[in-house]
Amino acid sequence: MTSKASDGISEPSGHEPDERGHFGKYGGRYVPEALIAALDELETAYEKARTDRDFLDELDRLHRDYSGRPSPLTDAPKLGEHAGGARILLKREDLNHTGSHKINNVLGQALLTKRMGKTRVIAETGAGQHGVATATACALLGLECVVYMGEVDTERQALNVARMRLLGATVIPVKTGSRTLKDAINEALRDWVTNVAETHYLLGTVAGPHPFPMMVRDFHRVIGLEAREQVLERVGRLPDAIAACVGGGSNAIGIFHAFIDDPGVRLVGFEPGGDGVETGRHGATLSEGTPGALHGAMSYLLQDEDGQTVESHSISAGLDYPGVGPEHALLKDIGRAEYSPVTDAEAMQAFALLSRTEGIIPAIESAHAVAGALRLGRELGPEGVVLVNLSGRGDKDVDTAAKWFGMIAENESAEDASGTAIAEASLTEGAPA
Amino acid sequence: MSVDLSVDGVFAKCRAEGRAALVGYLPAGYPTVDGSVELINALVEGGCDLLEVGIPYSDPVMDGPTIQAAAQTALDAGVRLRDVLSVVERVTAAGGSAVVMTYFNPIMSYGVDAFARDLATAGGLGMITPDLIPEEAGEWIAASTEHDLSRIFLVAPSSTTARLASTTAASSGFVYATSLMGVTGARDSVASAAPELVARCRPLTSLPIGVGLGVRSAEQAAEVAGFADAVIVGSAFVTAAEQGGPDAVRALAADLAEGVRRATRPAPAHT
Repeated sequence: MTSKASDGISEPSGHEPDERGHFGKYGGRYVPEALIAALDELETAYEKARTDRDFLDELDRLHRDYSGRPSPLTDAPKLGEHAGGARILLKREDLNHTGSHKINNVLGQALLTKRMGKTRVIAETGAGQHGVATATACALLGLECVVYMGEVDTERQALNVARMRLLGATVIPVKTGSRTLKDAINEALRDWVTNVAETHYLLGTVAGPHPFPMMVRDFHRVIGLEAREQVLERVGRLPDAIAACVGGGSNAIGIFHAFIDDPGVRLVGFEPGGDGVETGRHGATLSEGTPGALHGAMSYLLQDEDGQTVESHSISAGLDYPGVGPEHALLKDIGRAEYSPVTDAEAMQAFALLSRTEGIIPAIESAHAVAGALRLGRELGPEGVVLVNLSGRGDKDVDTAAKWFGMIAENESAEDASGTAIAEASLTEGAPA
Repeated sequence: MSVDLSVDGVFAKCRAEGRAALVGYLPAGYPTVDGSVELINALVEGGCDLLEVGIPYSDPVMDGPTIQAAAQTALDAGVRLRDVLSVVERVTAAGGSAVVMTYFNPIMSYGVDAFARDLATAGGLGMITPDLIPEEAGEWIAASTEHDLSRIFLVAPSSTTARLASTTAASSGFVYATSLMGVTGARDSVASAAPELVARCRPLTSLPIGVGLGVRSAEQAAEVAGFADAVIVGSAFVTAAEQGGPDAVRALAADLAEGVRRATRPAPAHT
């Protein structure tokens, strides 16, 4: 393995936004003037860090010794049998410290926070993975940490709330609007406008105002850089397709980026289809949305005809977001990447299948990518090679999954259920259609 | 000769009276469309010189809890952009001078030029855009020029001098100076950053400078009117509307109007 985390930021990808952060007509800065100075400061700090050997070495050291990079590439032959015999390779971001790809970005931004001399970090979180990663890095680097989380999400991801608090973070349940990720971002932006002098907003995805979409992408480019090297070594050629889940789009852009200039590699993002896009209850922003500005950037979003944001729906808290990163919007428009919805039911089926066939319980977010890989594999057949970004692990989702599969009652938690009930429950029966 | 009801005309009139203007904000559609017309008319009756008709938006990141809640009430009641335009038309017909205050996505969704055209037709005078900086405002700058509307951008205590210069240069009507780093909401004291921010803007622009965020009392209004050309009040009016309807709004406007007249003003920096 020669790729390092620092390569993603020190070596420009060749797909940079313009100087004001536009990817085509998307991106930019749709924010209050009060935040412009902080965004400029962040951009300057990031540009300096990109060529600063001390920063790059420190980032690589943390990735190697603390987070556990490089993450492995795992062959999933039994899963492949369910995918038309295609070869499925899992990029194991779930094995990173804190359990997802989120740590890649967090370590980079936390180090930048120290460099900017700021002492307080705020973050938004949906599933809690970004919040946990942020709380972790703040504990490590001695930064005060406040995490905004929609009240609905604090309920469905209670374990991660406890985890953040154990790490010393303050978790603030957000009770406005839909009480999910969208509103957590609103509240974080309000905090940032008010406390910007000493506070860094450690945004957790490739959305938001410039430089976040570019910078967060660069911190995640290591996923694709490593995977490209690993696949070439393992298979002797590039994959036919890459599958990643897309909420805000950080893990997807991280793995896609190393393959953008390989026209033979299909880049496919799988969005949360919720109850099915035809029901209107989904979060498939790129598949079903229209261009507009939300949370600081122009991109696709779910909105009504007056430009009011429409609430998204997904079983996956981490994908339950009506916006998406601007570079994905460009990749969609130019046809370089495809985006397709995966329903809750299809994702949960893939969740169960990966657990049973390979002994890997994925995050429900990542299960959307696994479901997508099953589709791609069936299209490609036995000669096909599909690379999946397994962006997170499913520990946090055990309760949700146990309820979905009817292993425990809605009002119980997994800890209360009897072992027999779990052992006897079927992973496919009892699931909603 | 008829009274000049443009934004420039409003400021010229106040300047002639040797005082700052009082600008009052209320969201259209709160608590209902008709109710908001009545409340906004009460702003005029109480003595507001310029009206800010707010467009309720689902994700108001510059607003504190008071305005967020009012916007949500209006949205839950089903207010639409065409209702906002009708509110502007009705309060203008009643003698008010109105600009709209809006996050940018609803305007993009409507079509920037189409909204500017319809706003001008309704008698609106301009638009305050809290999440739009001039760099991203090409379409709005063209549309506002075409339809003769004021472009009111915001400046903040954190703005660099270069940005104050470019932002004020892109503005027309007046410049909206946010008195502090923060979101909307009534506060006990007006932040000390406001006088300095206004002073930093003065050499860069001849436009009037209004100060908003946090003003709720006649004392604060008098204080701000001592150094700014307009005192902008929002959350306090929303609270008054919520607690006492049009009568409370009219009374608060009268109280604040007295405040801006009480201020001791330095000699005008420009004429």
